[in-house]
Amino acid sequence: MAQDAAPPRGAPASDIDPFSPQHILNPYAWHHEMRELGALVWLTKYRCFFAPRYAEAFQIIADYQSFSSAAGVGHTNFNKEKPWRQPSMLLEADPPDHTPRRAIVGRILSAPNLRVFRSGFEVEANRLIDRLLQQRDVDAVPEVAQAYVLKVFPDAVGIADGDRMNLLKYGTMVFNAFGPQNDIFDESVRDLGEVGPWIMERCQHRNLEPGKLGDQVYQAVSGGQITAEEAPILVRSFLSAGVDTTIDAVGNALWSFATNPAEWAKVKANQGIVKQAFEEVLRYESPFQTFFRTTTKDVELAGVKIPGNEKVMLNIGSANRDPRKWERPDVFDVSRDVRGHVGLGYGIHACIGQMISRLENEVLLTELARRKVDFEVTGPTEYKVHNTLRGFTKLPMRFKQG
Amino acid sequence: MPKVTFVAHDGSKTSVDEPDGVSVMQAAQNAGIGGIVAECGGSMMCATCHVYVAEPWLSKLPAMTATESEMLTMTVSERRGTSRLSCQIVLGAALDGITVELPEKQI
Ligand code: HEM
Ligand code: FES
Repeated sequence: MAQDAAPPRGAPASDIDPFSPQHILNPYAWHHEMRELGALVWLTKYRCFFAPRYAEAFQIIADYQSFSSAAGVGHTNFNKEKPWRQPSMLLEADPPDHTPRRAIVGRILSAPNLRVFRSGFEVEANRLIDRLLQQRDVDAVPEVAQAYVLKVFPDAVGIADGDRMNLLKYGTMVFNAFGPQNDIFDESVRDLGEVGPWIMERCQHRNLEPGKLGDQVYQAVSGGQITAEEAPILVRSFLSAGVDTTIDAVGNALWSFATNPAEWAKVKANQGIVKQAFEEVLRYESPFQTFFRTTTKDVELAGVKIPGNEKVMLNIGSANRDPRKWERPDVFDVSRDVRGHVGLGYGIHACIGQMISRLENEVLLTELARRKVDFEVTGPTEYKVHNTLRGFTKLPMRFKQG
Repeated sequence: MPKVTFVAHDGSKTSVDEPDGVSVMQAAQNAGIGGIVAECGGSMMCATCHVYVAEPWLSKLPAMTATESEMLTMTVSERRGTSRLSCQIVLGAALDGITVELPEKQI
């Protein structure tokens, strides 16, 4: 840990590489170290600030006027470097551009508009559980998380069946691109192949099932709220942002409960707490950990003067385990008051897919609990080596009737 | 601390005091008021924190955003001219004493 004698930017400096495999695989140790170092830390390797504690992270996310998303929510500053693809129309846009898109897509992905999907998700969850109880020993990443999410979510968007594994390659790469252009990113680009054009084709109106979420975006074109060019890009944002994240959430939920059986017992005894329990999963093992903002002007934060047009890194996994905010942050406790966690962000950019990812997870957990299914981890697990997402690549589990 | 009064659909009233900066939705949750569900926790993604705000309070509220207006098209109980999302009403001195009426249903 090289700490400059005089902090070059008014903040303590660290030469840590948060995007090295070693730190990616053990996030909570370096989060702790950074939170102790300061409210704002200068990362010498990436020449950017990092706000590891809850209070500052929240302040940054809430203050979209000082901390812009339009210069990219990754490490690359679009004001200085050309973006690798057209920036996301929601995630990487500021008001006023962001506002009408958010309003219209927000309505499409709102809880009331999603209620029609619940019974279909329940059918799929129960099919899956039947299968799991027969098979007993599974790798829960492909056989539970991926199988379930790749079925119900693209169905809800209205994407034709077939080749859905392509969605994983795309999502992996998009989220890696929010980190630095390191080996991890390069590898996900190599894996991508022809997926880019494939996904754009799937997002064309003619390929979307009438009445489903993707089609509803195009209906907003007829209403004049968005343009015909914007529609496929918005539908693509569902597919890029909504698949890996939710799959990781399912895996993280299963692991959190399997390794904390007393917490699962509470959920089995009272399915009324499933919603709250899932929020605790999002706090405890946040699937989308790292993103950035760019200052629009000189901003003072935690006593440090940050110049304009500087990248500031956030880690919501670290904020969600900050002991300044949470009691016993490293304990998975479905009974805690988990309101205020930032696992889905906050404010104008708060996850727009939050209600569908909650629905997917709630339905699966509710059905497992209702049917009194128990599950345990049966072998060594592996986390993905990924720049910004936290989830498993391997999660051997046994499911049985409790 | 600003006071907020909730009038349930059956007419019963509950008043609570909360510090500045707390939303009317959060005040309801802190007080365990059942008529506000707030499934999304204040992200304007659920329309289950719907309230009716009568004058003189209505005109004291900040203008509605485009997202709030869109979300109010999704309420289960009828949308009226006085409809607002309680997660978007932030308590402060100007709203001390505000009364909000709860709709019949949120889900
Ligand atoms: C549990 C699963 C999910 C997690 C943990 C998650 C996490 C997040 C977070 C933390 C943000 C805020 C990023 C920022 O402030 O820069 C966000 C935004 C976003 N998410 Fe999600 N997400 C999930 C599922 C989904 C799904 C299912 C969809 C699509 C249907 C989706 C689409 C988006 C979009 C489009 C944005 C940008 C919204 C805006 O800027 O207005 N996400 N998500
Ligand atoms: S709490 Fe969901 S819209 Fe207000």
